[in-house]
Amino acid sequence: MRRWHLPVLVAILTVTAVSLIVYKVRALGYPMTPAEEIQSWIIEARLSFEATGGAAKAELAIPLDPPGYSILDENFVSRGYGLQTERRSNNRVAIWSTRRPSGRQTLYYRTTVTPHESKSLEQAVPALAAPPLYDELHSAAVNAILDEVRSKSADIATFSSLLMQMLARPTPDENAQLLLPRQASREDRVRTAIYVLAGAHIPARMARGLRLVDGARSAQVEAWIEVNNGQRWIPIDPDTGAHGYPPDFVMWWRGDTPLFSVERGRDAEVRFSVTRTMEEALETATRQAQLSESAVASYSLLALPVHTQNVYRSLLLIPVGALLIVFLRNVVGVQTFGTFMPVLIALAFRQTDLVAGVLLFSVLVTLGLAVRFYLEHLKLLLVPRLAAVVIIVILLMAFVSILSQRLRFEVGLSVALFPMVILAMTIERMSIVWEEHGPADAIKQGVGSLIVAAGCYLIMFDLRVEHFIFVFPESLLLVLALALLLGRYTGYRVTELLRFRALSEAIKK
Amino acid sequence: MKWLASPRHLRELGVLGMNARNALYIGPNNRRRYYPRVDDKLLTKQLAIDAGIAVPELYGVVETQHGARRIDRILDGRSDFVIKPARGSGGDGITVITGRIGGSYRKASGVPLDLDDLSHHISNILSGMYSLGGQPDRAMIEYRVHAHAVFGSISYHGVPDVRVIVYRGYPVLAMLRLPTRLSDGKANLHQGAIGVGIDIGGGRTTHGVWREMPVTVHPDTMYAIADVQVPDWETVLQLSARAYELTGLGYLGVDIVIDSNLGPLILELNARPGLSIQIANRVGLRSRLEVVDRDGDRKAPAEARIAFSKARFGGSRASDTPSTEPA
Repeated sequence: MRRWHLPVLVAILTVTAVSLIVYKVRALGYPMTPAEEIQSWIIEARLSFEATGGAAKAELAIPLDPPGYSILDENFVSRGYGLQTERRSNNRVAIWSTRRPSGRQTLYYRTTVTPHESKSLEQAVPALAAPPLYDELHSAAVNAILDEVRSKSADIATFSSLLMQMLARPTPDENAQLLLPRQASREDRVRTAIYVLAGAHIPARMARGLRLVDGARSAQVEAWIEVNNGQRWIPIDPDTGAHGYPPDFVMWWRGDTPLFSVERGRDAEVRFSVTRTMEEALETATRQAQLSESAVASYSLLALPVHTQNVYRSLLLIPVGALLIVFLRNVVGVQTFGTFMPVLIALAFRQTDLVAGVLLFSVLVTLGLAVRFYLEHLKLLLVPRLAAVVIIVILLMAFVSILSQRLRFEVGLSVALFPMVILAMTIERMSIVWEEHGPADAIKQGVGSLIVAAGCYLIMFDLRVEHFIFVFPESLLLVLALALLLGRYTGYRVTELLRFRALSEAIKK
Repeated sequence: MKWLASPRHLRELGVLGMNARNALYIGPNNRRRYYPRVDDKLLTKQLAIDAGIAVPELYGVVETQHGARRIDRILDGRSDFVIKPARGSGGDGITVITGRIGGSYRKASGVPLDLDDLSHHISNILSGMYSLGGQPDRAMIEYRVHAHAVFGSISYHGVPDVRVIVYRGYPVLAMLRLPTRLSDGKANLHQGAIGVGIDIGGGRTTHGVWREMPVTVHPDTMYAIADVQVPDWETVLQLSARAYELTGLGYLGVDIVIDSNLGPLILELNARPGLSIQIANRVGLRSRLEVVDRDGDRKAPAEARIAFSKARFGGSRASDTPSTEPA
């Protein structure tokens, strides 16, 4: 019985996983590989606030017809709230209301968009009849700016671009300084530009939206300006003066109105998360499965809120890394610091990219080791010394971030994503190995850990692996089965073949 | 020499790998609740004393950081002792003091240490720096063994010891571990000590292994390490065989030192002994373990087990395999 226990367990796990996967592929039509052709994006806006008592009302601007995109699907998650949507000039607004909220309230709006050619910007707007009434000081400044820009431009589009570039200079001239607030943001510059353009009878408006970055958990709202040349609206980047929205920009709302407003609530905030979805095939598969009320589909990860999905997307890959570690340690025989430390480092590499991650990791560990050797002279107790190493590692991380910002080396900023306690433990263990077994062993194990971490990163975050595990989480049962089987592996490790080669030669002679 | 040994050839030779050792021999033969008997050296020492087995004398135990600062009281003017963590593994954290130079102590390697260095080292031991899993630990201060004169020419600062693998009470493989300059007076192979195979039958050394490569002379003293007779071999075998009854562990590494005055003493026991002993003896361990499984009587007394081991495993010599280098 005992002999058969493990094979039977492994067989059960394998059969369960394989049959679930086959069912999902054959019957429900889930795609096996990530297709690159059609991508659609899920944008989730999460409005949360603290109810202060009494009937609460919350308004959130939602996209109407974003240029370059079409809305495939949208839904609202708001338990206990009445919902209506309303068109307001160029915008659409979702209005939630409830009678007796208490505590922290969270409302979700989720939309699925896909890139799509559209001509929504063709709209003839007549030139403004009269410029706004400027006071004396502003009037002089506006006229000076308009004169300067006019002398260098050909039409309304180039005119507006030049104006934006002028306002975006790191040190604007005196006239611009007068009109701009101190430390002007993109939004402030757009507002000033609209004000100045009105002086030249040019209609302009503010537009705001999001950049689509896969896995973003709090995407930032970006302001743009749209200028009408009598035939259509021309979007202009307030930083560079470039025309047209970039392909990854989704316009959310227009005009100088706030994104959201809350009555009888405080501490309101909106967070956007963005995920690239599996493409059309998966989307349709999920919807069809939901219609047919398949239990498999209704207990799918794809039914979770988007930001939870993003968490699981990384989490589900950890078992794959762990299996790789089992293989490398028990079959190959590589030595690493800490059993699963390389997997955690690999998770950090996801944010930093491989090359930059390896570089940052080496720099941090080297600096940390130097400090650790210095601390050895102070003869501290173990736990305070570890705490000192953690503190110094964090300071070093901050220092590396600041330095790389100064040097415009952007990946350096992501150093903050390294698990610093793990780093500190690595430094501590490495220094003990260094003292007890010499630098050669310490460096060998350090490099070993780094190579294993890089291997984990390459396998875990391969697009196909990521897709497969996320769409078919039951494949982790296969990973489990393999880990159990490797638990009974009693053959030689590859490093032992190296280690015992002298023995093998000696007896052969 | 080929880059890798062929797994098939290793299997034919009966070489034991790490995975097989863990899954097939340590797992089934060593019960977890007996582990403290070998992992805690203080407990090992107590058990051995109770059973009337010779061990190095314990001078004192430090259990608190306060005690670490008052180490001079325990030392009581001694200048010849060993400090070790009670739950250390693989020889980590062991400091051997052989004398004094002025106000400071002298390590086996000649490096001077003052009292501050010693109490810092002890405080590291207490914090669990060297123990498995970083558990808080105790530091032992004990008698420093004086190497037998036979080993004078083939060890460098420090005391050689004899490692015997005992399987179900049968001594199956033995090796002499010689400290080198590299190993800082310690006798652990992975720290750079030399391993020399010993014939179980008569106690004479056979071949050497240093850093996993064959050697015939000690790299620091340049004396031949083969064909050295280990003194009191009969007692060494008896101590190792009795360690089985002492611990109840079926797969055991017994480390024995031969003191110039006191003779063989059990230094420590190991529930997960390393595998390099196979290279030193040029014998696959697994083949011998299988002999014990097949023919060994489980209830035989220690004397009968020793006789069995000598008859079945004895007889290997240094000259069995031609040596290419002159000794």
